[in-house]
Amino acid sequence: MEVKILSAKFDIKDSHRIEVAKEHGAYSTLDKVFSMTPAEVIEEVKNSGLRGRGGAGFPTGIKWSFLPKDTGKPVYLTVNSDESEPGTFKDRYILVKDPHMLIEGIIICSYAIGSHDTYIYIRGEYTTQVKALQAAIDEAYAANYLGDTVDGNDFKLNVTVHRGAGAYICGEETALLESIEGRKGQPRSKPPFPAVAGLYSCPTIINNVQTIASLPFILNNGADAYKAYGTEKSSGTHLFGISGHVTKPGMYELPLGLPLLEVIEKVAGGIWKGRKLKAIIPGGSSTPVLLPDEAKTATLDYESMAEHKTMFGSGGIVVLDETVDIVELAKNLLDFYHHESCGQCTPCREGLGWMLKIVKKILRGNGSMDDVDLLRELCDNIEMKTVCVLSAACTMPIRSYLDKFRHEFEAYVTTEDSPAAEEKQE
Amino acid sequence: MSDRSQLISTGKPFQYDQERDAEFERLVKRYPMRESMILPALWLIQEQEGWVSQEAIAYAADRIGTFASKVYEAATFYTMYHLQPMGENHICICRTLSCWLRGKQEIVDYLENEIGIKPGQISKNGKFSLEEVECLGHCGTAPVVQVNGEFHEDMSMDKLKSLLATLK
Ligand SMILES: Cc1cc2nc3c(=O)[nH]c(=O)nc-3n(C[C@H](O)[C@H](O)[C@H](O)COP(=O)(O)O)c2cc1C
Ligand code: SF4
Ligand code: FES
Repeated sequence: MEVKILSAKFDIKDSHRIEVAKEHGAYSTLDKVFSMTPAEVIEEVKNSGLRGRGGAGFPTGIKWSFLPKDTGKPVYLTVNSDESEPGTFKDRYILVKDPHMLIEGIIICSYAIGSHDTYIYIRGEYTTQVKALQAAIDEAYAANYLGDTVDGNDFKLNVTVHRGAGAYICGEETALLESIEGRKGQPRSKPPFPAVAGLYSCPTIINNVQTIASLPFILNNGADAYKAYGTEKSSGTHLFGISGHVTKPGMYELPLGLPLLEVIEKVAGGIWKGRKLKAIIPGGSSTPVLLPDEAKTATLDYESMAEHKTMFGSGGIVVLDETVDIVELAKNLLDFYHHESCGQCTPCREGLGWMLKIVKKILRGNGSMDDVDLLRELCDNIEMKTVCVLSAACTMPIRSYLDKFRHEFEAYVTTEDSPAAEEKQE
Repeated sequence: MSDRSQLISTGKPFQYDQERDAEFERLVKRYPMRESMILPALWLIQEQEGWVSQEAIAYAADRIGTFASKVYEAATFYTMYHLQPMGENHICICRTLSCWLRGKQEIVDYLENEIGIKPGQISKNGKFSLEEVECLGHCGTAPVVQVNGEFHEDMSMDKLKSLLATLK
């Protein structure tokens, strides 16, 4: 099931070094790219069907074409390497094992959108990763792939690494821009969208590391070669992270569209310790959970996940075995999102904290049925009433736990008017 | 993890060493707005000193040409900046989803017991500080701990014991 497109060089010794990467084809696409017009490059990316790998799955070529023309302002590219969504661990493989693929992708994108300054925003915790990335950038400068005349062409490009410092919210694209500008990572209200007024109020494209790293293959082999993988509307391959209760957790490159359960069984070795499957979080902690029955028909692509009322997200699949206590899980995630709220919207800052308090109360055995209903109601009242979607990233999965595992919440409820309490008395 | 509500004064002026000075000058040219240097400047301070003092904040503000309050705002918002000295070995344990599923609590309990401090605390002899942090992007090799920035993946009790032995 596994394929090696993005991960083609991952197993090669010293693949992060420029000589080795070049032996295996790094930067070989550039001659072709610079012989095309920027519009042709964008067209090729559009035709490939490449969609953003940061979580939302927005078509990349279309995003680029939102840039206004001839504003007289510089255009910026920012590469999102914040990778902080629980369950997501894919971009760092690119940073460490094949950073030159990312740099080549940055050159391709910059040429297409007419940008001469890239900022790579990398999460502060990625200490070894930032060193590998910076070393590769230094190599690329020395080899003239970055700098005043990229690969001998009349095209200037500077790439700067900007380190975050422990804030999940900075993965949100406008919080990321605020952070580069030296402020707290508090998302901006949109519109204006970053394509119109982004970094330093200039037109800005923000793409995920994996999105950008997919470009060399597409430009080298053509849109059709990329579309040969995946489904019609979800083309290409994806670096999936499979974690939680499986026998062989890890990062696997797969074409989109494979059956979810088969992947868990064949690629990740099935549920560990011979236990039973309880549920699957399909695309990072913010995606609604799938029950085993729902998972049976789900395939790993944007459309199937939407049909199953969840999201493809960041390709971070988290598998839960039968021993998982869903109420404890809800507490773990509420803790996370409450902690990571940037604090500027009351429903998010206070609401998530309130939900956390209620879940803790329920876990202590002091909750009532009304509390379970209140949790559900809070989800509806917080979601979409805030500047960014962090709050929804929390309420969507919590709502799915309440709806699909309500009995587990009720089982903790002990006040007399509840059926659970009666059961316990019997 | 430090108390984020106040700055500590060292009573001594701060300045970058030669290496950090050069890195500051390299980076400042990369941004059209000097305030973009706030996060990088704080990182350079922390790399040099291990934490960010009141004098260092004033120095960074001066060097950038901005208000100390702006540097302070960033230093308090971003949780990786330490506003007090940490332990010689600063141990971060991921407490989120996948690490939780694969037994992070056992690790926290063991470390609490062995070192005698709780997450958020620094040991009296200054050797250790513990912190529970959010997902570290290594969920496939959970549970994960980070010691002074270095990742230790697939932590088992045995691995943890030998790791701790090398730090003691
Ligand atoms: C709370 C929050 C956190 C996010 N974290 C990340 C992240 O860590 N990495 C990422 O690439 N995108 C993240 N995103 C999505 C970005 O806002 C943005 O959509 C993405 O980087 C665009 O790139 P793409 O089109 O290539 O996917 C996050 C969004 C939200 C709302
Ligand atoms: S929803 Fe939460 S994280 Fe997003 S802007 Fe509002 S307070 Fe900040
Ligand atoms: S959940 Fe611990 S590293 Fe992601």
